[in-house]
Amino acid sequence: MATNGKIIGVNGNLIRVAFTDAVVQNEVAYAKLASGVKLKSEVIRIRGDYAELQVFEDTTGLKTGDDVEFTGELLSVELGPGLLTQIFDGLQNPLPRLATECGFFLQRGKYLHALPRRKKWTFTPVAKVGDKLTAGETLGTVPEGIFKHRIMVPFKIQGSVTVESILAEGDYVIDDVIATLKDSEGKIIEAKMSQFWPIKIPIKQYAERLRPDEPMVTQQRIIDTFFPVARGGTYCIPGPFGAGKTVLQQLTSRYADVDIVIFAACGERAGEVVETLREFPDLLDPRTGKSLMERTLIICNTSSMPVAAREASVYTGVTLAEYYRQMGLNVLLLADSTSRWAQALREMSGRLEEIPGEEAFPAYLESVIASFYERGGVVRLKDGTKGSVTIGGTVSPAGGNFEEPVTQATLKVVGAFHGLSRERSDQRRFPAIHPLDSWSKYEGIIDVAKVSAARHILVEGGEVNQMMKVVGEEGTSMEDFVVYLKSEYLDAVYLQQDAYNDIDSACSAERQKYLFGKVFQILKTPMTFKEKDVARSFFLKLTQITKDWNRIEFQSQEFKNLEVQIFKSVAEAEIHV
Amino acid sequence: MYKVYHRIERIAGSVITVKAEGVAYQELAQVTSGQGISLARVNRIDGDMVDLQVFAGSRGISTESQVRFFGKPMDTPFGDSLLGRVFTGAGVPRDNGPLIEENSVPIGGPSVNPSKRIVPTRMVRTGIPMIDVFNTLVVSQKLPIFSVAGEPYNQLLARIALQAEVDVIVLGGMGLKFDDYLYLKDFLEKNGALSRSVMFVHTASDPIVECMLVPDVALAVAEQFATKGKNVLVLLTDMTNFADALKEIAITMEQIPSNRGYPGDLYSQLASRYEKAVDFEGSGSITILAVTTMPGDDVTHPVPDNTGYITEGQFYLRKGRIEPFGSLSRLKQQVNGKTRSDHRTIANTMIQLYASFRETLEKQSMGFRMSGWDQKVLKYGERFEKEMMDLSVNIPLERALDLCWIILADCFNPEETGIPSKLINEYWPKKG
Repeated sequence: MATNGKIIGVNGNLIRVAFTDAVVQNEVAYAKLASGVKLKSEVIRIRGDYAELQVFEDTTGLKTGDDVEFTGELLSVELGPGLLTQIFDGLQNPLPRLATECGFFLQRGKYLHALPRRKKWTFTPVAKVGDKLTAGETLGTVPEGIFKHRIMVPFKIQGSVTVESILAEGDYVIDDVIATLKDSEGKIIEAKMSQFWPIKIPIKQYAERLRPDEPMVTQQRIIDTFFPVARGGTYCIPGPFGAGKTVLQQLTSRYADVDIVIFAACGERAGEVVETLREFPDLLDPRTGKSLMERTLIICNTSSMPVAAREASVYTGVTLAEYYRQMGLNVLLLADSTSRWAQALREMSGRLEEIPGEEAFPAYLESVIASFYERGGVVRLKDGTKGSVTIGGTVSPAGGNFEEPVTQATLKVVGAFHGLSRERSDQRRFPAIHPLDSWSKYEGIIDVAKVSAARHILVEGGEVNQMMKVVGEEGTSMEDFVVYLKSEYLDAVYLQQDAYNDIDSACSAERQKYLFGKVFQILKTPMTFKEKDVARSFFLKLTQITKDWNRIEFQSQEFKNLEVQIFKSVAEAEIHV
Repeated sequence: MYKVYHRIERIAGSVITVKAEGVAYQELAQVTSGQGISLARVNRIDGDMVDLQVFAGSRGISTESQVRFFGKPMDTPFGDSLLGRVFTGAGVPRDNGPLIEENSVPIGGPSVNPSKRIVPTRMVRTGIPMIDVFNTLVVSQKLPIFSVAGEPYNQLLARIALQAEVDVIVLGGMGLKFDDYLYLKDFLEKNGALSRSVMFVHTASDPIVECMLVPDVALAVAEQFATKGKNVLVLLTDMTNFADALKEIAITMEQIPSNRGYPGDLYSQLASRYEKAVDFEGSGSITILAVTTMPGDDVTHPVPDNTGYITEGQFYLRKGRIEPFGSLSRLKQQVNGKTRSDHRTIANTMIQLYASFRETLEKQSMGFRMSGWDQKVLKYGERFEKEMMDLSVNIPLERALDLCWIILADCFNPEETGIPSKLINEYWPKKG
């Protein structure tokens, strides 16, 4: 039986509630306004005879003595067919349907079902009566867009169950009981196409977790070649504002070589989500030929939406990602930005009057961030297939300073670090990932030895550049000067990509291997020039045609012609020796 | 029917505490003291102890002053009669005009449903090349002007307000010097723009709580105009004063500060205001331009830093010019691909070359010999500063683009610019 309570204090989105019966930590409760509107809340601390709750809505109008209903349920999301292509807020309310009901503005206290109730799905049974199954094993499948959506034994079930009955192939709605299961104690459990799962608890109904060893191609050269990300790996993109975090994430969500992309816009600008919302339906996924939206799911809790739901939104995102991983799919979760989520924690911590840690962030910040990223990973499912959740989080460090607590806590747990630099973005070098500071622990698509040789040229070039600032160009030897120009060339034609050019914005793995081979060959060609101005204008011209080359369709006739031209001019430079 | 209380338990800063029952969070109240009447707003409830922010401050309030609760949250009147008028943050006329009490609308209302937003596509022409060419302003954009005290930011705001094609201008002044307030008012009046403007002004000598109300009131009014089909430009100056007011109240309320004394929710507070910028599908729009002064010219100061993460770019105003580095309009690519085929490329090229100019200047100041390339870059940089960056330049976008090509052709050979060969053939000025 649900407990009831009464409000005894309101401070921002934190309310204090006196209760009499039992209350569960992290359970959901509803605070009732005088108008009858109920505001969703979550218990976050219990002290004696009162509990403290964070309210997921604006608390204007709540007063001492208002009723609070406790539900006894942890904050959960609904899992089932029909999630893909949707746009949810942090609490899994479908935003487009809210808009049809409430118009331009979000209305507080309005909660809708996440999944369409009346839509019929064509169910094909896989399990048979008498089968012994455990949580997460497949009962049957339904087609969801381009995927075979597995209907699984509910994750909450412990131990094995026997299938007592299962529906024949046919069309059903998600609330239909599709199978009855009997557990070891003889209790009958009804399984539907949808189930609920608490967002703060990882879904672990798989056989084992594996080491991430396959690269996830993003079609961004600097990432795939220099700082690769593995499927099932985790990476972070910290950067000051305006350095291009979001553009990079948008391109990744478009081109990444995964089955499903879940985009959690957490406390960032609404306008950025809107671009994705409006553009994705019309963009084709080159792998499937279908709209990109069919593989996309958006969780959108933008900066002006209630702060407490911001914290929920990253967990909602990762829970949905884990759910699709259970179907043997590769899922990429992009969280933009984890700093906003950390700030939401800080706001709550402040209201709870906890002893603050560094920069007033709560002391448990690190463990919370670590356990979030640890929810990524490659797993072998009980049926032997593999699935993965890759997590990429942006970090917005205060003042662009990577020493701050959120960046540092994140760096401890991720497998790759793509640090964006203000300097590079000011120079309009996109992506502004710093080629010397960033790192990755994963294996990429190109031979490690060659990549580190290329990186070495960047390091040397950077050193020469530093030196030239002190001794000037005239004090620099021609040999050093050429190293510098080569490093600039590598930067311009390989590390940088033109995000607005249809061809150059995405560079396939095959093309990267090809281009890297050619560029590497040029870098290794010994060159010398009579004068520095001659050297500079040679490289300017070479950069120009190589950039043009990047903008031409791979292996087309024009592409081949230009390649010949590039190597002809390189050969000329070699003659200068 | 209103509940009236006569016993004030605690007075600190502009916050008073009253023992009261049945009071709602954010409810509006009226405090009557020897110093006059002021509005106040509930901002914490603890059992029967209610904390109120007194708009006029607590000076002169006695423990026996009268507190009357209205039973409703704060709102603002709305209607066309607001146009041409000037109010304080609390909605009291500053211009000796009549008090307006029609059509109350709530302030600080809910957020727009993201799925109802549309991708902005309309450019706001300002006639300033540093904006139009390099960092195009777009309808429904929220953009701050980062500056230090002493820069002509209010002049820049006023000029943009005047030249931008909008239906309504809502100006929110926070902690304005009285002279600046008069300047803005006179400028709009002199140029015939006052009749389409509404001003909410808090001057530096007014009570601090009113400063906090200005953006909310201004944006609530703007939102009403926008939902009625008007294109509204909201000018806020200066948001750092707003943040400082938040800080002052938070410290008074004994909240734990996070960074340089600012409350931990500074980001959310700023975001909930800036995010009011919107283009309503099939209706009007709100564009926000806000001044953020950077104490000590430090962009990592919490206010400009948090602002930068919220807004869609920023303009740096330094030494009377809009700096090309760091200045950014995130929405420019929504519009600058459709203006002219050379717009994007020319903007990028000009900035890259200007960056080389800055580097060369550094080298020159250290006494290095200038190479042939350096000489070219120096010539280019000087012309760029004079003909593009100077704020007095007032030319339409197309002429500014043409001028860019002329400057490039005067200073460089085509291949030195790195511009794709296709564009060179089309636009590079022919010699002769």
